[in-house]
Amino acid sequence: MKKSNLFDKFRHSRLFWPLMALTILLIFDAFYAPSFFKIGVLNGHLYGNLIDVLNDGAPLAIVAIGMTLVIATGGVDLSVGAVIAISAAMGAVLINPALGNQLITNDILTADRTNTPLGLIVLADIAAGTLCGLWNGLLVSRVRIQPMVATLILMVAGRGIAQLITNGQIMTIYYTPYFWFGNGFILGLPVSIYIVALVFVIAWLLVRKTSIGLFIESVGINSRSTHYSGISEKNVKLFAYTFCGFCGSIAGLILSSYVHSCDANNIGLAYELDAILSVVIGGTLMAGGRFSMASSILGAMIIWTFTLTMYTIGIPANTLLAAKAVLVMVVILLYSDQVRGLINRLGTKKGGSNVESN
Amino acid sequence: MWNRIKLFLLNNGTLLFTILIFVVGYFICGRIYPAMQKPQVFFNLFINNASLLLLAIGMTFVVISNGIDLSVASMLALTTVASAALLKANVNPYVIMPLMLVMGISFGAFQGFIIQRLKVEAFVVTLMGSFFCRGMAYIISLTSVTITDPVYKSLGLQKVLIPGFGKTYVYLYSVVAIIVFLAAIYIAKYTRFGRTMYAIGNNEQSARLMGLPVERTRILVYAFSGFCSSLGGIAFSLALLSGYGQYAPTMEMDAIASVVMGGTLLTGGVGNVIGTLFGVLINGTIVSVLQFNGTLSSWWTRIGVGVLTLLFIGIQMLFQLGGKKKAS
Repeated sequence: MKKSNLFDKFRHSRLFWPLMALTILLIFDAFYAPSFFKIGVLNGHLYGNLIDVLNDGAPLAIVAIGMTLVIATGGVDLSVGAVIAISAAMGAVLINPALGNQLITNDILTADRTNTPLGLIVLADIAAGTLCGLWNGLLVSRVRIQPMVATLILMVAGRGIAQLITNGQIMTIYYTPYFWFGNGFILGLPVSIYIVALVFVIAWLLVRKTSIGLFIESVGINSRSTHYSGISEKNVKLFAYTFCGFCGSIAGLILSSYVHSCDANNIGLAYELDAILSVVIGGTLMAGGRFSMASSILGAMIIWTFTLTMYTIGIPANTLLAAKAVLVMVVILLYSDQVRGLINRLGTKKGGSNVESN
Repeated sequence: MWNRIKLFLLNNGTLLFTILIFVVGYFICGRIYPAMQKPQVFFNLFINNASLLLLAIGMTFVVISNGIDLSVASMLALTTVASAALLKANVNPYVIMPLMLVMGISFGAFQGFIIQRLKVEAFVVTLMGSFFCRGMAYIISLTSVTITDPVYKSLGLQKVLIPGFGKTYVYLYSVVAIIVFLAAIYIAKYTRFGRTMYAIGNNEQSARLMGLPVERTRILVYAFSGFCSSLGGIAFSLALLSGYGQYAPTMEMDAIASVVMGGTLLTGGVGNVIGTLFGVLINGTIVSVLQFNGTLSSWWTRIGVGVLTLLFIGIQMLFQLGGKKKAS
């Protein structure tokens, strides 16, 4: 095994393990589902499984960006799924005039028009989600509740609130311009990809071009010593949770636009879990500290590549859960120091022969 | 004397408050809906929430030892499906039940092993365990499987009369839940295992330095939680006489909420099983109020549980602050 300097550097980079996992998945696809790589052009839009991965994985990638920051501060946000539902419910309600119990005919409901201007809808969506994030942040930073419990409250109550907003209805959206976020195309690529890029750039500028990123890492490593070195550890946490709520609201916008409806009970279900998985697959430690948003996005892509691969080779959607669990467990075990130590020891003994990881 | 009472209040304040809230809440509900004053309605709480109580007991142990187990509800669903499928294959029901328990225990122990030995976050491991169990349940059957076995039917419909209350009854599985509950109180308070559990939850390092068997205890705690969830699954399949992978979709969260409402701290080391019982009862009361009202929609359950959890956390923090002041 040749080990050049560059390879070594790459091997210790954050992106190495996620990229390895993605490569293995794609190699698997190349053998068992060659059609996975087909990319065609239809009506001037690119289509194909790889594009689908990017498009379907976009909401998850956005949530994963926010989740990375929260996890980097040593916390966790369980409420993103509920935030997605709240923000989607907000959008659906503002489009359809189904507030209250007044009688509305079917014609009004299914008309291709909106009650509120589109810009206002988007703003309301984002405001609702950001507000939820702010609430989480206040509970964690000011009231000092453990992150898991603080966000659990919104996770339990949030879907209830979303149903309250939609009055318990599954709201279908008939307003065409709203669909653009989830189904539109710019230069042949889905709009959602651009939204991911936009959110990533915003986050990257905020985190890496100001000192906020450093503060977040320092809070994650030791929140008390951060406090003593004069950094407002409260506000850093507040920022992370608020930003996570913001990301959740955008994911809610894309998702509701993608499926043309808002089912407060099911939209964004288990997204908090998938987002945490993306972050963990991306190699950010749950204990907090150093983080990488790019590798979290890669983690989200791995999850969706895997999902779509399983669909392609014809595994029923529900049984996918078990396969996903095994995949992630293997990846996480590969990350754990114990197993890595074992592999390294075996590797030096046998000169790098292939090693089964359990 | 007064100091003693004060100390007792500080130590058991959250528990007493939980009980108080339940009693007052139930009393108020009884005034609004007179039907709720019937003893049968009260005992229905034990019938409807037997599985939740079992899961919450296991969860209490895990949380006290500073962990979390998100796989309980999925384990319950897997148990219902697996037992229904096995019954369909004409396996003796008395073989199935121990088999299910063994499955739960071994799966829990396996999770505990990964958490303890390979140092992976409990949160992540049990989350994966939850996905795995649900997936397995779907692999066994994508649709709901009905149970027609006479033994299961008779066990599921076996009424146990409450002495002193006339015709008031609970089902057999509620009695099982209560027995496990009593056993859990004993285990937590009076066994070496239980005390080690509290020690680990307070400070793992000092527990290790004291020479306590940290690894074994933690694995056992998760095994116990697995046992409770598969027992809960058996109770669930007896109650509904069917098995389905989608049963109890968010029950792990209900269990955690009940544990928190019962005064157990999620940071570990503090809490008890009695509080958990009242947490479960509060949860059940909210649901029955919604049923009695009839016009309120189901989402108020979620909002109600969320608000109550917040309230209880606030109370816990007040008591903690009080305790700290006392100590200093």
